[in-house]
Amino acid sequence: MRGGWFKVYTLVYLVFLFAPIILLPMFAFNDATVIAFPLSGFSTKWFAALADDPPLHDAVRNSLIIAVTTSILSTTLAVFAARASTRYRFPGKAGLMGLIMLPLVLPEIIVAVSLLAVLLGLGVNLSILTVILGHVLICTPFCIAILSSAFQSLDRSLEEAAYDLGETSFSTFRLIILPLVMPGIISSLLISFTISLDEFIIAFFLAGTQATLPVYIFSQFRFPQAVPVIMALGTILVCLSIVLLCIAEFFRRRGLARSGAKDTGGFL
Amino acid sequence: MTSEEGLRRMGRSEAASGLAMISPTAIYAILLLAAPLALIFIYSFLTDGDPGIIRTFTFANYIEAWSNELYRVVMLRSLMVALTVTAVTVLLAFPVAYFVSFHVDPSRKSLWLFLITIPFWTSYLIRVFLWKVILGYNGVVNSGLLGLGIISEPLQWINYNVGAVVLTLAHAYAPFAILPIFVALEKIDRSLLEAGQDLGESRFMTFLRVTLPLAMPGVIAAVLIVFIPTIGDFVTPQLVGGPEGRLVANLIQLQYLKLDNYPLGSAIAVSAMMIVTVVSLFFLYLNRRYLRGPES
Repeated sequence: MRGGWFKVYTLVYLVFLFAPIILLPMFAFNDATVIAFPLSGFSTKWFAALADDPPLHDAVRNSLIIAVTTSILSTTLAVFAARASTRYRFPGKAGLMGLIMLPLVLPEIIVAVSLLAVLLGLGVNLSILTVILGHVLICTPFCIAILSSAFQSLDRSLEEAAYDLGETSFSTFRLIILPLVMPGIISSLLISFTISLDEFIIAFFLAGTQATLPVYIFSQFRFPQAVPVIMALGTILVCLSIVLLCIAEFFRRRGLARSGAKDTGGFL
Repeated sequence: MTSEEGLRRMGRSEAASGLAMISPTAIYAILLLAAPLALIFIYSFLTDGDPGIIRTFTFANYIEAWSNELYRVVMLRSLMVALTVTAVTVLLAFPVAYFVSFHVDPSRKSLWLFLITIPFWTSYLIRVFLWKVILGYNGVVNSGLLGLGIISEPLQWINYNVGAVVLTLAHAYAPFAILPIFVALEKIDRSLLEAGQDLGESRFMTFLRVTLPLAMPGVIAAVLIVFIPTIGDFVTPQLVGGPEGRLVANLIQLQYLKLDNYPLGSAIAVSAMMIVTVVSLFFLYLNRRYLRGPES
């Protein structure tokens, strides 16, 4: 066996990583309000309870609106920044890029309180809109990281050829550059959507009365009788994200197979 | 049409084009990041009034934040918890990254990484809550052990304390530590290891003198990626920490949302940022020293 003890250790580590997630469906289908062993019986009533919970539905709708808007806005802003940083040299570039990328190394609570202070100071009402402002701020650096590598691998001579053939800089961007960085744009949209959907602290501070899904889940933790319902909700979310991941992985592998590149292990 | 003409059409000077291109993103970051950060920096020197904020310059908030036992204890605890979580997470993660990079067949590496990252893609809030359920007084561990007759009453020391916070955070940030170390290990030229062993070093010495130094940038990246969000984490201490496990983020939230004391909350937030910056710079400095080696 290759690896020996390392393999044993890694398998034990994987058990630790998966332990909570394996317990999730066990208690979601368990016929008891208390989360404890031994399990008392099979039931789908917690899933049925999800269908009859209007505040939950509002929270899901809010979260989806925020995540879709955030992914589009942050990817758009990231396209500008990634293009500017990979293609041009200009004064103040390091400082500006440093500021834009700062949320990567700033604890989220700091972003949340500073935005809250400004918005309340300006008298802005907290709503979905204010959450979007915060989420775009923290998602943009991730999008830039993804898009920069896409823009970096562009061959400059293709662009020059387009200019020589009489295209304007806008049509060159639309016809040549955009199609070439499209895989990067799609993964940037997916990543920022995922980050926004799962983000809690900024939404907790900036959502006001319009709770997002994580804020709603957090508020339910206070009620012991709500715990099995949250388990059921968690099970659905885990299944959804695994399905999404498998789809993304499938497309990544197909893309690799098409271009004939060697598989170096995704998500990196 | 000549190439020069095309180049001319590309725009005015390169600097102007670059600035124009970056301006939407830069303006967004200046308005919604730089300005708010500047504002809480200013707030931290003002005085809390009832209601509102009194515009008199003072260091009182910082003196309060650093001398009041209550706040100082929480800030020191946050630093200790973040450092412990970082050490535990990175040490536990290294062998996993090493195994996947050195002992797994290249065609199967992505499958292993896929397995490692799956838990990370599930809701952070629910993962933390599950640890609360697992470790709780009537939780999975206690009820399971009671049912098996191993213990006669629920264990108290596994829940609502700093240890539970460390365990939960080490679980939450595991993939963040594994991936950068894996990337650094993947970049190592395998022939260097063979050369080390050909020159008579044992496997262990080769690891210490070749693999580890070359993996160090990945380890430092993992340290920073785990340390920075951990020190500002709010959910985990709130859910599994109990009163003795509260961290600085809970303190900031308390000052802002519950007590409505923005100046003191800002002073604590700025102090936390300073701690993060100092520790991060220290790690980066260590990395530089380590890479340069002891001789030079």
